Amino acid sequence: MTPVLATVAHALADPFSQRIMRRALAEVLLLAAVGGTLGCWVVLGGLSYGAESLAHGMFPGLVLAALAGVPLLLGGAAGILVAALAIVLAGRVGRDRIGRDDAVAVAVTTLFGLGALLALSPATPLGIQGLLFGDVLGTSAADLLAGAALVALVLLALWAGHWRLLAAGFDRGGARALGVAPLATDAALLTLLALAVLVAVQGLGNLLVVAVLVAPAAAARLLTRRFAPMMALAVVLGAVAGIGGLYLSYYVRVAAGASIAGLLVAAYLLARIVAAASQIRKSSGAVAS
Amino acid sequence: MTALLEAGGLAVGYGGPPVLTDVSFRLEPGERIAVLGPNGGGKTTLFRALLGELGPSTGTLSVSGRCASVPQTERSRLDFPVSALDVALMGTIPGRPWWRRPSRADRAAARAALARVDLADRAERTYGELSGGQRQRVLIARALVQDAGVLLLDEPFTGLDATSAARLEALLAELAGEGRGVLIATHDLEQARRWDRVLCVNGRQVAFGEPDEVLTPEALAATYGGAIVTLPPTHPDPTAPHRVILPPHHHHHGPAR
Repeated sequence: MTPVLATVAHALADPFSQRIMRRALAEVLLLAAVGGTLGCWVVLGGLSYGAESLAHGMFPGLVLAALAGVPLLLGGAAGILVAALAIVLAGRVGRDRIGRDDAVAVAVTTLFGLGALLALSPATPLGIQGLLFGDVLGTSAADLLAGAALVALVLLALWAGHWRLLAAGFDRGGARALGVAPLATDAALLTLLALAVLVAVQGLGNLLVVAVLVAPAAAARLLTRRFAPMMALAVVLGAVAGIGGLYLSYYVRVAAGASIAGLLVAAYLLARIVAAASQIRKSSGAVAS
Repeated sequence: MTALLEAGGLAVGYGGPPVLTDVSFRLEPGERIAVLGPNGGGKTTLFRALLGELGPSTGTLSVSGRCASVPQTERSRLDFPVSALDVALMGTIPGRPWWRRPSRADRAAARAALARVDLADRAERTYGELSGGQRQRVLIARALVQDAGVLLLDEPFTGLDATSAARLEALLAELAGEGRGVLIATHDLEQARRWDRVLCVNGRQVAFGEPDEVLTPEALAATYGGAIVTLPPTHPDPTAPHRVILPPHHHHHGPAR
C-alpha cells in the first residue's frame, strides 16, 4: 500500500477504533434504513408536516423522561401518544373556524413550549440539549438494541404491506374497490411514522429528526422513477450523510447530529441540481434531434 | 341464463336517508349497460353498492361472480412512481392476505391482462406518462386481473380523443363478447344508444330498458332535470350532429364520492 493510501485508510478507520463511534455508526445506519424507506411514503404521502408535528409535539414526554430518569424511549412513546391525540383533536376542533394546519400548529407549539418550560426549570439535569439536537455519540447498547428491534418491525411492515400502501396511495377510491381500506393504511403509516420518530429522535434530537425522514427520500424522488430504486437510493444517501456527519464531528469537532442533518439537506440540494441538469440535457438533446 | 347482477327495489345510502332508491335491473352476460344520470345522481353510489362497499338499506341485490371497478384516470396519482405493470398487479391484491407479496403467477396474470388490452409493450412504462386512453386501459387490465365477470366503468371516455375512444369502445365490445357484463357511467347519449341497455338514475331509478325505449324526452328530462336537456333526434341519423348532456355541477345530493 502506498503511504498516501495508508494515511487515508487510517484516517477513515481511526474514528471507529472507539466503541462510542462504532455504536454511533450502527445508529446512523439504522436511521438511514428507517428514514430512507419510510421516508419515501412520507414524501409521496404528503406526511412531512405530520412527521414534524409528531417529533415536536413529543418533546414534553422526552423532557419528563429525562427529569424522572426513565428511559427516553418510554418518555418518547408516551409523548408521541399525547402529541398524536392532541393533533387529531386539534384537527377536529379547528375544522370550522380556522384551518386544520393552523390548529395543529397551535397544538404542537403548545406542547413544544410546555417541554421547553420543563426543560428550562432549575431542577433539570444537564443534557437537555441532547433532546433537542440529538446525541448520536451517546447511543448506548440498550438504545441500539431497542432501536434495531423497532426499525426491523417498521421495515417488515413496509415490506409486507407494500402493495396495499401502494394501492391506497395511488388512488383511494380504487383501493377501496380492491378491498383495501385507505383509513387503515393511513393509520398504519402514521403508526410506523411514530415508531420511526421514536427511534430517530434518540440520534438526531427533536429538532433534526425530520431531516432523516424527509431529505433522503425527497432527494431520491428527484432521481428515480420507481419505488424500489427510490427506497434504495434514499437509504444510501441517508447512510452516506450519516457516516459523513460522524467524520465531520470527529475531525472538525462539530455536533454530530447537526452535521448529519446538514449533509442530508446538502444531498437534497445536490439531487435538485443533478435532476435539473439532466432535465436540461434531455431538452437540449430533444432540440438537437 | 343466470344474470350477473340482479337488483330488486334496491335502496342505498351512507347511513342517513338513501341517496338512491327503487333500483331494479338485470345485467346478463355479454351485455353493456349505459348508466346515465347527473353528477350526484347516484351513479357512484350504485357502483359502490355493486362492489359491496355499501350494503342495501332495503331491497335485494345479487351479484354472481366478482365486480371490479375501473375508476376515472384523473382520480389516480399521475406522479406516483409506478409502472403500468405495478398498477395491473394491484388487481391481485384481493386474492391474497395483506402480508403476502405478489407471486410469479400474479405477475404472469398482470402481464397477460396488459396484453389483453394491447399494452404488453408498455408494461414497464411509468403510468403517469401514458396517454389518457392507455391509462384507462391499464385500469381495465387491473380489473381483468381480478377475474371479474362485471366491469364498472366510471365515465371512461372523458378526455379521450376520437381514436382512443374508438379503441376503448372496441375493447369494451370484445370484453362483453367474452361473456362479461359491463356497466358504463356516461353522459354521452349517442354512445348509450349503441349499447344493449340504458339505466337512468337521479336519486332513484328513472328508467331501465333498451335504448330506444328508454331514451325518450320524458325520461331524459326526469333524469337530468328539464331545463338542461339537449336532445338528440329520436331516430338517430348517423350523420346527425353528436350531442351529449352537459349536466350541471351544482346539483350535489349525496356525499362526495
